[in-house]
Amino acid sequence: MTAFSLRRLRALLRKEWLQVKRDPMTLRLIVALPVMQLLIFGYAINSNPHDLPTGVLMAQPSTYERTVVAALRNSGYYRVRTLSSEREAEEGIAQGKLLFVVNVPPGFDRRVDRGESPAILIDTDGTDPTAIGYATAALGGLTDVLARDLPPVRRAATATTAPFRFVVHTRYNPEQLTVLNVVPGLICVVLMMSTLMLTTLAITRERERGTMENLLAMPVRPIEVMLAKIAPYVGIGYLQVLIILLVAVGLLHLPIHGSIVLLFAVLGLFIASNLALGITYSTLAANQMQAQQMAQFTMLPFMLLSGFVFPFQGMPRWARVVGEIMPTTHAMRIVRGVLLKGNGLAEILPELWPIALFTGCTVVIAVRFYRETLD
Amino acid sequence: MTPPDYVIDVRDLRKDFGTRRVVDGLTLRVPKGEVCGFLGANGSGKTTTIRMLCGLLAPDGGSGTCLGLDILRDAPLIRRQVGYMTQRFSLYEDLTVSENLDLVAGLYELPDAPAAVADIMDRMGLRDRAGQLAGQLSGGWKQRLALTACVLHRPHLLLLDEPTAGVDVKARRAFWDLIHDLAGGGLTVLVSTHYMDEAERCARIVYLAGGRIVIQGSAAEVVGRVGLVTFEGTGVPIEDAARRIRAAPGVEAATVLGRVLHIAGMDRALLDAAMAGYGAGLTWREVDPRLEDVFIHLLDEEEPPR
Repeated sequence: MTAFSLRRLRALLRKEWLQVKRDPMTLRLIVALPVMQLLIFGYAINSNPHDLPTGVLMAQPSTYERTVVAALRNSGYYRVRTLSSEREAEEGIAQGKLLFVVNVPPGFDRRVDRGESPAILIDTDGTDPTAIGYATAALGGLTDVLARDLPPVRRAATATTAPFRFVVHTRYNPEQLTVLNVVPGLICVVLMMSTLMLTTLAITRERERGTMENLLAMPVRPIEVMLAKIAPYVGIGYLQVLIILLVAVGLLHLPIHGSIVLLFAVLGLFIASNLALGITYSTLAANQMQAQQMAQFTMLPFMLLSGFVFPFQGMPRWARVVGEIMPTTHAMRIVRGVLLKGNGLAEILPELWPIALFTGCTVVIAVRFYRETLD
Repeated sequence: MTPPDYVIDVRDLRKDFGTRRVVDGLTLRVPKGEVCGFLGANGSGKTTTIRMLCGLLAPDGGSGTCLGLDILRDAPLIRRQVGYMTQRFSLYEDLTVSENLDLVAGLYELPDAPAAVADIMDRMGLRDRAGQLAGQLSGGWKQRLALTACVLHRPHLLLLDEPTAGVDVKARRAFWDLIHDLAGGGLTVLVSTHYMDEAERCARIVYLAGGRIVIQGSAAEVVGRVGLVTFEGTGVPIEDAARRIRAAPGVEAATVLGRVLHIAGMDRALLDAAMAGYGAGLTWREVDPRLEDVFIHLLDEEEPPR
């Protein structure tokens, strides 16, 4: 019996494809699930909160301060109240009652007039970065608006400098995730969740339906069975990527700076890595229930340690090591890099080989543990 | 070397599942072209033996050949030449009849697969159902499809594990006609069954109990060797008589068959006494023991009735 036969693989591929086609409910779920997840996650995380509780601390009464506060209020992001003491500010931000504390420095009016461009320090609560992301981003625009509203600067030499600056000091969580960071991450997480599940049941299902016994009695090699099971789902995975990208661009306004073709090519490998992991679980598990639990057990760390939820650099060393092993981590960097930074193949190569390595190792494990007998 | 006329030739096969010994020193020889029936209670080791013969389970002990190939070493080669029909329907229910057969043809890398599939469908009468999903076939047609799938690659040995369980009489008869047609062409068949009429159609019966062969031979030989004595009684009230005589010493079985009471035992004198004492009022005559009586007797020997 030859080690590998294209003829046999083709026969198996056709069978798998027919079975996928005959199961329209699963197909529908495959399409609907990522869209639903993306929308739920995307809007939940992407929700652009307004009227965030903000406190203003004034060192001394100031006229310009009122203009600044009015501008903050008009932006819609800030619900401003004046604070009486530093202690009130500290407590408010510690207890989460205030997300921002605006510190207007002493002699603000005078220094603006002199063109010294004084800094207004804004303390923010970084525990919920997405909550403050838009508000913080809006500050830049405010500076320009205020430059027009505040009295003209006297000294010509400083005409180009802004009358004052906002200096944002994010507390608790120095590495701020932005929404743009979240959506590419979501693409990977959603793709991981749905593709992993697809093959997780592939072999246990054959075992439970009794069809495995017949398959084993025929001359097939493990690698042929694996490849045939993975292949149709790579196609389905691509369909998911396409849908996810359409939703992300159309509804969540994700910019695309890099090459979509490159992204597609690379995501194929990521899809394959999840399918391979799924099929490995499928060979290891005794039944569908077990396989499913293995998959669910994997999804959480894959999601949490990949840099999707927590900033990768902020995690302890062991968590980063674990994170580096997981394909989701690298896929996330690739997707962010290609979509947001316009990275090319050269830049993403360092993230590509770990996924390939992971896929290879998983397939080897799966083939090793695939039993050619019923023992 | 194995004489070429023995298709199955195994010695002292053993298989343990955990601490339970399922097959315990089984020695079996099946000559070419024979239809050999495998009988025995559930759990007597029939399925496990069949699975070891086709390489799906590795024996824990023993040795032997199947089609002249070593069952320990050459399992993959044996698989190519054996047609194995599982107890449970194990083709794909979400594929059609012809798609299932196409898959099998592809996996065995048959030359000119489409023609081979078309040809076998004609021969097995499946042509009209080619496009039907396997899951929607009736039990009898499913069995026929499964048999078709395991003869498609022209194997030299068929291993059929309870192929007709749960199938109606007509479909079973048709199925057995097919088996005999195939055996007529030189194919060797090992088939396990619980049906007596099927056992009677086998050239040889092999009776298993506790993972060992208890008795083997043709149906007549088996019946003769056990030496069971059977009587039939007629008259009324038959059900009462049956209940009374069942308790009599030496009566192993007392079965009401319509208007006839059928009793069996090993000891003629005890049976005579039972008929006189408990079966008075009925008219008795001695009949030839049926295969079924013999098997009930063998089953009772294994596990005495409580």
